[in-house]
Amino acid sequence: MSAWETVIGLEIHAQLATRSKIFSGAPTAYGAAPNSQACLVDLGYPGVLPVLNAEVVRMAVRFGLAIGARIARHSVFARKNYFYPDLPKGYQISQYELPIVAAGAIEIVLEDGTVKRIGVTRAHLEEDAGKSLHEGLGAFTGIDLNRAGTPLIEIVSEPEMRSAKEAVAYMKKVHTLVRYLEICDGNMQEGSFRCDANVSVRPVGTEKFGTRAEIKNINSFRYVEKAIQYEAARQIELIESGGKVVQETRLWDPDKGETRSMRSKEEANDYRYFPDPDLLPLEIDAAYIEAVREALPELPDAKAARFVAAYGLSAYDALVLTASRELADYYEAVVRAVPEQPKLAANWVMGELSAALNKDGLEIGAGRLSAERLAGLLVRIADDTISGKIAKEVFEAMWASGESADAIIEAKGLKQITDTGAIEQAIEAVMAKNPAQLAEFRAGKDKLFGFFVGQVMKATQGKANPAQLNELLKKKLPG
Amino acid sequence: MYRQTLTQLAADLRARRVSSVELVRAFLARIEASQRDLNAFVTVTAEQALAQAEAADRALAAGRGGALEGVPFGHKDLFCTAGVRTTCGSRMLKQFISPYDATVVSRLKAAGAVMLGKLNMDEFAMGSSNETSYFGPVRNPWNRALVPGGSSGGSAAAVAARLLPAATATDTGGSIRQPAAFCGVTGIKPTYGRVSRYGMIAFASSLDQAGVIAASAEDAARVLREMAGFDPRDSTSVDAPVPDYLAELDQPLAGLKIGVLKEFFDTGLDAAYERCVREALAVFERLGASVREVSLPNIPLSVPVYYVVAPAECSSNLARYDGVRFGHRCAEAHDLEDLYKRSRSEGFGAEVKRRIMTGTYVLSAGYYDAYYLKAQRVRRLIAADFARAFGEVDLLMGPTTPTPAFELGAKVADPITMYLNDIYTIGANLAGLPAMSVPCGFAAGLPAGLQIIGPHFAEARLLNAAHRYQRETDWHLRIPEAYA
Repeated sequence: MSAWETVIGLEIHAQLATRSKIFSGAPTAYGAAPNSQACLVDLGYPGVLPVLNAEVVRMAVRFGLAIGARIARHSVFARKNYFYPDLPKGYQISQYELPIVAAGAIEIVLEDGTVKRIGVTRAHLEEDAGKSLHEGLGAFTGIDLNRAGTPLIEIVSEPEMRSAKEAVAYMKKVHTLVRYLEICDGNMQEGSFRCDANVSVRPVGTEKFGTRAEIKNINSFRYVEKAIQYEAARQIELIESGGKVVQETRLWDPDKGETRSMRSKEEANDYRYFPDPDLLPLEIDAAYIEAVREALPELPDAKAARFVAAYGLSAYDALVLTASRELADYYEAVVRAVPEQPKLAANWVMGELSAALNKDGLEIGAGRLSAERLAGLLVRIADDTISGKIAKEVFEAMWASGESADAIIEAKGLKQITDTGAIEQAIEAVMAKNPAQLAEFRAGKDKLFGFFVGQVMKATQGKANPAQLNELLKKKLPG
Repeated sequence: MYRQTLTQLAADLRARRVSSVELVRAFLARIEASQRDLNAFVTVTAEQALAQAEAADRALAAGRGGALEGVPFGHKDLFCTAGVRTTCGSRMLKQFISPYDATVVSRLKAAGAVMLGKLNMDEFAMGSSNETSYFGPVRNPWNRALVPGGSSGGSAAAVAARLLPAATATDTGGSIRQPAAFCGVTGIKPTYGRVSRYGMIAFASSLDQAGVIAASAEDAARVLREMAGFDPRDSTSVDAPVPDYLAELDQPLAGLKIGVLKEFFDTGLDAAYERCVREALAVFERLGASVREVSLPNIPLSVPVYYVVAPAECSSNLARYDGVRFGHRCAEAHDLEDLYKRSRSEGFGAEVKRRIMTGTYVLSAGYYDAYYLKAQRVRRLIAADFARAFGEVDLLMGPTTPTPAFELGAKVADPITMYLNDIYTIGANLAGLPAMSVPCGFAAGLPAGLQIIGPHFAEARLLNAAHRYQRETDWHLRIPEAYA
């Protein structure tokens, strides 16, 4: 059996976060009653005409600049012709030969920490179609055109990913980026961010691409990984058992965890693309591009590099903390309140805070715990008022009540005992209560040191300063 | 009353010498009397028209009202009119009632024009004889055995028979100018982008342009002034000020340089028709213009180019008529494909189907470069020919059509012969230029049309030349005997 290499290219559809549609003034709000957000233009009524929403252009240019791409001074909207009930005009307005964004790149961090550059072939603007509804309508199909005309940017990568994990890293990076740029809400449940994957396999060391299958309908990071793994395994098994991969479109079925054939190349539509005569070519001048560039926020890569340099974080921690703008902002707000402790802040934001958010299914900023409150807790760890262990208990109380760390430490009497005399007293009491263990320890059973630590901690309700306790026990136990 | 031009009627209304209600009643009576013979209307909106006329009279009595207040008017049946069905001459839209007004319709409404009805046309504006209408052919008022031309045959016939003083029309390859020539009336197709296409049901989006058919250039100028202008709802409409076309009508023509299109006299031009055109050119010379021959070497390619570009666009534009949301839906479809196939097969007529098939073919993978792209390249060459010519002359002139009106049924069986009817008119559409047809005499008893083509946005110059010509001639005032 030879070794195989998987080759992956992704087409990501990100819904642009505009208030109105790409070619009409109808709102883009999600979840409204069927066909209540579709105007005559979206319905494709006789005589209506599309008018381009300027905001989508600004968003596409933002994205293009963020990935170092070429912004086309001249791009063209084309019609992609096919019949489907949720496609009201019988064609989708998209960009074909001349897209607005071309030749950019996105960097991902591989598992071994190396950075890989994935080329972005192009990104183009297009309108979304409506939705077909099958449930509760008997033999009929319902059509909801609320989504028709919603602006999308389709981001097409080069076939430069070599594993499902790389594909996921790339998709996450794009997800991070569009949210940083505030051009897409990234909501995958609502379909605001979805992905098709082109997958092929080839023997390791060969140049020529294998025949690819396009997998549709992948709407989570987990499914991207699973679908690609499944598909690559399917293709390898097929070839190794003497079969041939055919070029086709396959659908990912998340329930069964498999891909299955939708249509072959022969059955594919001839979309008869041609420039849309209702829309003039889109002309963008240098001044416009510069104005958009000026307004770009700090991007994730730059932010991560700054976190490493300014806060002494590891590359990995910086990457985690910059995964979203909100998380990064939260972290920096904590650091502003405890400037001496950037690493402690990183550990708490990535550790306890992220775990608590995950457990409650909340987004950063949605919990009751503000960055300033969390910083209040870290200050008490730093000044030895409480131990790290007690701090976890305080954190839980803060998470539940929203109160300050000081209030909780005070109310629960959790202040650390740093008074040597008090700790000595506790040690002496424990030694008096456990003469047998003390004798064993003195006879050479060193392991019992931990027993005494535990007993003193128990007696002080965990408040004894651990370092001091260790020190004092070492002095006192040997007698 | 009906013999008067729109200009005279508007003045009489303003001076309260006549009321809008009187005028509307008189024209409605003529429409009713002629409908069986001419079939110019698809829908007559008598009740609404009278109500609107009463309102116009009240406005006029109060000294208010727009430039066309109370003037009877009609719309080609592809302009969407809220609440009144818009059929586009097709079974597909036989019962389609638009929820909105086209920009052209709302502008003319705002100017006070009173709509008496919707005018018959070739189905989806595809045809040169008005024989493709689902509602039956329109007949030529000069001879009812003849076609009125198309696709705006209803508008041209109605104005020729003085069923209306003026009407809207549209022109994709000659659909205003050819019927205007066949019916002996004045028609103008403005520059592409001068008049909004919003609400005008599309045939070929890069060629379609709304205009007007009227009895005289002055009337056309008066109506166009109200129709033209930028519309934010049409991305291809041009944001440039609209000049006062009336103000320049009487400018003298001394020094005007006229180019006569050599190629238009080369092939197949009827001899009597040619004499009419030559005499018209002589009138311009008497008015002080100079006339010289000009050649547009690529213009003979305009018909094949047009019959690639227009069907390509139409095949896509007409995809929305699928039986799902509006328009004809077949009975008891058993699945989606059946719904599509039968709704479209039943809803569209033969000529529309022919063009959808042609257009689908020329856009198909493997044929796109050979047909569509090549046609677009030749289209640019034709536009460049015109641009070069307008570097030398102010206006181009020639015949509007190769022959006068022909008999009903004479060319239906042979689409190529039918298509060649537009051989002189298509060039202006391909280049987006403004063009007019003006009555210039009679060839064997039938009206002949002089075509005038100008550079982009030179509507004022066209109307000025046509108006000065009409001050010297009375061809445009002739009314067919049966309607005189």
